[in-house]
Amino acid sequence: MSDSALLLEVRDVAKRFDSVVALKAASLKVRPGEVHGLMGANGAGKSTLVKIITGVFPADSGQISVKGVARSFRSPAEARRAGIVSVYQDPALVPDLTIAQNMRLAGASLDAVRKWLAELGVAGLDFNLLVRDLPGPALRLIDLARALAWEPAVLLLDEITASLPADLSEQIYAMVKQWRERGNAVIFISHRMAEVSALCDRATVLRDGVTAGVTERAHGSEERIVALMLGAETARAVASVPSTRAPRQRSSDAQAALEVRRLGRSPLVNEVSFKLYSGEVLGVAALEGQGQDELFDCIAGSRRYDEGAIFAHGKELRLRHPADAIAAGIVLVPANRLLALLQQRPILENIALPAFGGIRNWGPIRIRAERTRVESAIERLQIDTRAGSELSRLSGGNQQKVVVARWLASGFDTLLCFDPTRGIDIGTKRQIYALVREIAAAGSAVLLFTSELAEIALACDRAIVLFGGRVVAEMPVSEADEAALLRAAHGLAPLGQASS
Amino acid sequence: MKGPDASGMRLLERLRRALRRDPSLFFMPALLIASLAITLAIHPQFSDFDLQSLAMGALPLAFAAAAQTVVVISGGLDLSIGSAMAVANVLAARTMEKASFEQSLPLAVAVLIAGAAIGALNGLIVVLSRIPDVVATLTSGFIWGGVALIILEKPGGGAPPDFLNLGTGTLFTPWMPNALVLLVVAVGAIWIPLRRSKLALQLYAVGSDRVAAFRSGVNIGRTRFAAYVFSGLFSAVGGLGLTMTTGIGAPLAGVYYTLSGLAAVVVGGVSLAGGRGGMLGPVMAAFVLTLIPTDLIFLNIDPNFGQVILGTLIVVIVMIGGFVDMGRNRK
Repeated sequence: MSDSALLLEVRDVAKRFDSVVALKAASLKVRPGEVHGLMGANGAGKSTLVKIITGVFPADSGQISVKGVARSFRSPAEARRAGIVSVYQDPALVPDLTIAQNMRLAGASLDAVRKWLAELGVAGLDFNLLVRDLPGPALRLIDLARALAWEPAVLLLDEITASLPADLSEQIYAMVKQWRERGNAVIFISHRMAEVSALCDRATVLRDGVTAGVTERAHGSEERIVALMLGAETARAVASVPSTRAPRQRSSDAQAALEVRRLGRSPLVNEVSFKLYSGEVLGVAALEGQGQDELFDCIAGSRRYDEGAIFAHGKELRLRHPADAIAAGIVLVPANRLLALLQQRPILENIALPAFGGIRNWGPIRIRAERTRVESAIERLQIDTRAGSELSRLSGGNQQKVVVARWLASGFDTLLCFDPTRGIDIGTKRQIYALVREIAAAGSAVLLFTSELAEIALACDRAIVLFGGRVVAEMPVSEADEAALLRAAHGLAPLGQASS
Repeated sequence: MKGPDASGMRLLERLRRALRRDPSLFFMPALLIASLAITLAIHPQFSDFDLQSLAMGALPLAFAAAAQTVVVISGGLDLSIGSAMAVANVLAARTMEKASFEQSLPLAVAVLIAGAAIGALNGLIVVLSRIPDVVATLTSGFIWGGVALIILEKPGGGAPPDFLNLGTGTLFTPWMPNALVLLVVAVGAIWIPLRRSKLALQLYAVGSDRVAAFRSGVNIGRTRFAAYVFSGLFSAVGGLGLTMTTGIGAPLAGVYYTLSGLAAVVVGGVSLAGGRGGMLGPVMAAFVLTLIPTDLIFLNIDPNFGQVILGTLIVVIVMIGGFVDMGRNRK
């Protein structure tokens, strides 16, 4: 097919945000009348590419052509006029307006939206309801119906089925197929391999911001897609795994430092159970939005759970506030350092803070004792303290160390690390993993979620994989290579069991 | 049989929804009626003259509140409203001093344009420079405060009697103060067409969720700019109102209205987070906030204590509003 017949062509698009490179050389060719899958592991650049195509932000370099004409859109509205419409991961509806007002705001015809909603199986929705009062799945469908009402030639669906119940997903598949029959194109982004394989005609795979390859036939190409997502780097990552750690000797009646039993929080966490022992690092692997955020928040006491129980050393915990978890020795290192640190305050204060959380600590501070504890923590972690007066002047990696250091200084039993190396350079990453190992070796338990699957092998003893809010696999680190984790994280059965 | 019943249900349903969307729609009239009733109770000889002075007292505050409301709905804050009112006030008093009534009307229009221009400048600074709106409007407020002093060094100037009468006189009966008529006409003439336009949707959308608004195709910068223009326009009307009700220009009189106008906005049920609230609430709140000090004077309470009581009442009213909101969101 000649390039002028393409509906949309993206060539070598690059984009960086400050020091983080989101896209290096992404290319994509979309033909009329096809459903095109866009695949890639976490952070491969899928969502960034969608936002560049639809004009949310501009590309640094590269070219986008629509029907053979080079275009660059400065806003989603401009892209829409050229026939390109996206349904983003988070619904683009204004919460304080009614549905009808939202449609007027975006210039979508009410009748058309109503018609498409009916096709999606939602009839008789009251358009005078406030968006704020509607449940998430309804918003997704309204967002989709609005996108369809503009009759786009290219419809982009970014993880549209991620938080939808199965029956609504079916409605969306039918709609996608119908849109293809009309000679339009749909770009379909999903973590669910089965979905992509059933729905997509072709698939483009992104890896680390580069188009790794295109499969001409999505159905039956699962293995090739996984291989493309992994790339040649897997070999190197596997080679760099430290000498296999001997499985820890554990008497069968040993009490778990942390036990999670049938934990549930609708709709994102379902019957999650696992045990974490002292001296162990348990890895949690999952693609985006599989319930890991909620799981960690529940254990750390910052979110309530509906079902199940959490035990520390055999004692059931009642977690109503992060302070309850901290009192039980469970502390969290969140992914977003900004949530944990006081940017305008010195390092010392940031490290010492959790020790002063309780109301009985409102008296004077014993400065000297405090300083000794804090300084020993700083020394252990080799934090660069030259910019000591204000935390915001530290590098990301050093800031992350400060978060760990504060818990070292105040003492803990179980450390929850949520993606501690996000946006951190490789050298500091190594240090942080070495630190995690050291903490475990000193007898604490560590629960570690990382969005980079290759890192599980570097730091963990065991790994569990979450998919759709459930634990779908558990494996010792010796089996937890990136390929096995990626398969499990996409909801695929392990290779050996695929045939049975 | 069934027909009227169903339509009655629909009306009830619509009322219920309107209440959920903006509880101040019901809360504020209730509060206003309650404070009027209290006033009548402690001051039974409430006369047409008292009503006129209430309307005159509330007039500039109501416009200050209206000006702030537009900006707050769009998710911003304007701390230069008082200074803009002062500029409009002294500009009118200075230019109209020796003018005839016929000449004063085009002058008033010129003052309105000047007010809109002040708002436009604020909007440009906030949108283009990306300085936080609090900082940008606080500092521009200093500038306009200075400009007001340059235009008129000390209280003075004036306006033709017929022009003043627009704010101080009465229409048909002594119980219909011109100030009230002017307020209803001016706010109605600006707000009702605005509320029905697409711009109002955009203002609410930008205040409610900027990202979602952008993705819906709203031009964020242009919308925020428009909010400040309307703020400047309402401020200028408020400044003219000050000229009408006081008869002179006073370069420092306007400053007070920045914060008391903001208090009226908050009491009137407009969310400082943006995206929620209407115009009726803040305007009614301006009357409540004018009535309370009057009542305290009727009660012979030391004005200094009056200030403490007024502040406490504002906190209590806002807290009640907050609890209503919380209950609503929990559902």
